[in-house]
Amino acid sequence: MRLSEADSARLAGALPQAPTYLQDGTTVLSWLNTRDHKRVGVMFLASVIFFFFIGGIFALALRMKLLQPGPYLIDAVSYNRLFTLHGVVMIFLFLIPSIPSAFGNFVLPLMIGARDVAFPRLNLASFYLYLAGAAITIWGMLQGGADTGWTFYTPYSSTTPTQVLPILLGVFVVGFSSILTGLNFIVTVHTLRAPGMTWMRIPLFVWGIYATSIIQILATPVLGITVLIVAVERFAGFGMFDPARGGDPVLFQHMFWFYSHPAVYIMILPAMGVISETVSAFSRKNTFGYKAIAMSSLGIAFVGFFTWGHHMFVAGQSTFNAGAFGILSMFVGVFTAIKVFNWVGTMYRGAIAFKTPFAYICGFLYFIVFGGMTGVALATTSLDIHWHDTYFVVAHFHFIMVGASVMGFLAALHYWFPKMFGKTYPEGWGLVAASLIILGFNATFIPQFLLGNYGMPRRYYQYPEHFQALHVASTAGGTLLGFGFLIILIYLTIALIWGQRSESNPWGSKGFEWLSASPPPTHNFDELPTITQMPHDYRTHEPPGVLHVA
Amino acid sequence: MNELLRRLLFLPDQASTFARDIDQLHYFVIVTTFVMSTAVGLTTLFFFVRYRRRSETQTTPHIEPTWWMELGFIGTPLFFFMLWFFLGFREFVRQQTPPSDAIDVYVMAKKWMWKFAYPDGPNAINVLRVPAGRNVRLLMTSRDVIHSFYVPEFRIKQDVLPGRYTQTWFNAVQPGRYQILCAEYCGAGHSIMRGEVIALKPQEFEDWLSQQRRGLVARQDSSPTGLDFAPALGNLVDQGRRIAAEQGCLKCHTTDGTRHIGPTWLDLYHRREKLQDGSIIDADEAYLTESMMEPTAKIVAGFQPVMPSFQGKIAGPEVAALVEYIKSLQSDVVRTGPSEGPAYAPIRGR
Ligand code: HEC
Ligand code: HEM
Ligand SMILES: [Cu+2]
Ligand SMILES: [Cu+2]
Repeated sequence: MRLSEADSARLAGALPQAPTYLQDGTTVLSWLNTRDHKRVGVMFLASVIFFFFIGGIFALALRMKLLQPGPYLIDAVSYNRLFTLHGVVMIFLFLIPSIPSAFGNFVLPLMIGARDVAFPRLNLASFYLYLAGAAITIWGMLQGGADTGWTFYTPYSSTTPTQVLPILLGVFVVGFSSILTGLNFIVTVHTLRAPGMTWMRIPLFVWGIYATSIIQILATPVLGITVLIVAVERFAGFGMFDPARGGDPVLFQHMFWFYSHPAVYIMILPAMGVISETVSAFSRKNTFGYKAIAMSSLGIAFVGFFTWGHHMFVAGQSTFNAGAFGILSMFVGVFTAIKVFNWVGTMYRGAIAFKTPFAYICGFLYFIVFGGMTGVALATTSLDIHWHDTYFVVAHFHFIMVGASVMGFLAALHYWFPKMFGKTYPEGWGLVAASLIILGFNATFIPQFLLGNYGMPRRYYQYPEHFQALHVASTAGGTLLGFGFLIILIYLTIALIWGQRSESNPWGSKGFEWLSASPPPTHNFDELPTITQMPHDYRTHEPPGVLHVA
Repeated sequence: MNELLRRLLFLPDQASTFARDIDQLHYFVIVTTFVMSTAVGLTTLFFFVRYRRRSETQTTPHIEPTWWMELGFIGTPLFFFMLWFFLGFREFVRQQTPPSDAIDVYVMAKKWMWKFAYPDGPNAINVLRVPAGRNVRLLMTSRDVIHSFYVPEFRIKQDVLPGRYTQTWFNAVQPGRYQILCAEYCGAGHSIMRGEVIALKPQEFEDWLSQQRRGLVARQDSSPTGLDFAPALGNLVDQGRRIAAEQGCLKCHTTDGTRHIGPTWLDLYHRREKLQDGSIIDADEAYLTESMMEPTAKIVAGFQPVMPSFQGKIAGPEVAALVEYIKSLQSDVVRTGPSEGPAYAPIRGR
């Protein structure tokens, strides 16, 4: 890696500092009309955090109701609407865009040494499509919301009298945002890499986002078609999924899961990318098995397309299909395991600093192992008969989607906070919140595994009384979890406004995103850096200025 | 050991021939999961303590895994996952293939009740009587949306689809009562769409079946089941219908809209009823209850005050059942009755 002369000169104080992307235009319009990938990323970040809290409030309301087995606080239909909105908001408005659209937009061009994404205008359009989809969804919620669950199973969804159409439409529009962002990233990675950045020098976060993008552009159109057909079925009585009109309800499930299983990898691959970066940065060690991690991302993206039937073992598919989908699901588990071993290997003979992001790395590793192994357990077919559609499944996917993905999101948020805003967050509070979250998370979802074993079906407003103790435990854990997130929101807001100015590379990281100043100037680099080595090479020490290796 | 693990994991009783085998695999899977995650956790902890950062300028060597390490990383999980899969799939195939000597019961699910029909006659609602120790095959279909037949103690579950039949089977190892739950989300009453499997001694089952064939009323089915939850909606309505017949309400009231000694019950709920004294009243639950307990308090215009009071003759739960039954009598909703095919109208414009 060599710095351009202009950059070195600027560092030495010979040239005036270029304004950071935050200073370059401070009017609201300059943000709303920006083409800068960093500003788009920040706007996405603010939006997904907003929706995370909305979804969180729905979750707490659900947990409060579940304190009592009988009717309590809200009625059955409101409960059903709440869990639907919780799922839709968390999955489509928070988790899917979270890491790719917020952090991917911000750091991906920096990491590959580009001045922006390939299509900056399209990037902004993607943000507005997301907002439009979110607005339609919110409008639908205000109209009363749907009560179908985020899975929209037909023929229930084609016949329920609740407001399904606006929610479907919102999901449809947000899908386009996802497709455009994916397309943009793929083209960016192919065409805008800095000189010297061969495919085997691409940072692993970029590999993760790249694999995610492939899924986004291949799978999301199928979701679009599927929700559109449901909409037309409701709207015009078109009989595609509804048997009363000659349709096939199981066809819906095939189409839905053909998107939604790959979509769970849209949610986890970027988080895996974050962990690959941070585990190296905080262990100050080169990535153990770089190629294995990079290729397993592609492997997951590929095999992930052929496992959807594991959601339908008891839905009436043939025994042969169940077997085939079961085996294929095992392979996805193996790819995940490869990554886990390599992350742990990265720590070997490293120099580990236990900072907040590292706490989240530990949480992530534990949640992905437990969540992933329970996923594999679900794919063993016979066990799934008992577990399917019980709280066991709920606990499995929360372990991965909240346990692992949200830990990745929080690791990224803390690791890149100085990069994005040039401020430091309070480390002590960071660790307090991290421990509260990891503890609260376990207290919330371990009882749910046991509930599932015990036979408690999901989406139950009322439940037999013998399940109550475990439900109460879960609600108690959920409260802790909620406090944890609230603490983060508070200290990061304070840090953002009053926080201490941070160094350009406070972690001494050798990830390529630190090749630019923090916060970066509008066009990232005056002259593109030339890459001469792998990311995260810690054979030499790095002072905390802008990353450069003489 | 089995019992200890079963309790630790909160698994329900093992009441079918599969349950024990499935649990055995469950224990194996859980133990491997725990061993693996503990191993990963301890290794991380060890590395963390051993390789703490000692100085801010510390550098580290460049280390790459050897090929045999990568092979181990792939091989170990692959071996265990495949082992799990083959053990599991063997059981799954067994579960998917009903034996040829099984007795058949037809199951019809609808919002929000289960209806069981035996090939040679009797019908039952929400209560499935089977002989213990015999293979029973269920042939299931739905009248409206997708439901799922789930008996935790048997470790069986099968989606019930409209427009086609699905099947499952079980063999209850001993007499007892086991809860049926609906496991596929089906709307407002999903969580109370419950029923019960009653496994009888083979002889008792035969007796019951022949009694049924002899035309004795299917009354037992509706007797309170002693379960720890509120009876399902469908069940309550059904109980109401039976009580109405037993108590003779139907001698004076009709349910088809025609006028008899008393006003018809069809569309009675929330009807704006004109009373003798000229006032108009909303026929809500309170009014319906009052009409049974103190019929003369409010007399409907155009009728004689001939209805006897049922104070002390029918108890609280029965009143509730009657009220539910009356509420269910709406001319614009689906009626219960023999299978009529999927029963809902397309909704337009929403
Ligand atoms: C001897 C005939 C007779 C019997 C038996 C009878 N009712 Fe009635 N019922 C009437 C008459 C007549 C009225 C209308 C006059 C009145 O309001 O008292 C009436 C009114 C009612 C009303 C109010 C209806 C309205 O339109 O406002 C309800 C509810 C009711 N009965 C329920 C019952 C129930 C439940 C039973 C059985 C447990 C029952 N009745 C048995 C004759 C009968
Ligand atoms: C390690 C590989 C994984 C395997 C083998 C696996 C397996 C499974 C299986 C078999 C089910 C179906 C259970 C049932 O409905 O009965 C399931 C459900 C689910 N999984 Fe996974 N899973 C894996 C990873 C993930 C990941 C990474 C995510 C998300 C980030 C995820 C999210 C979900 C969700 C959301 C559901 C439930 C969907 C619903 O019914 O609402 N899984 N998984
Ligand atoms: Cu899946
Ligand atoms: Cu249901």
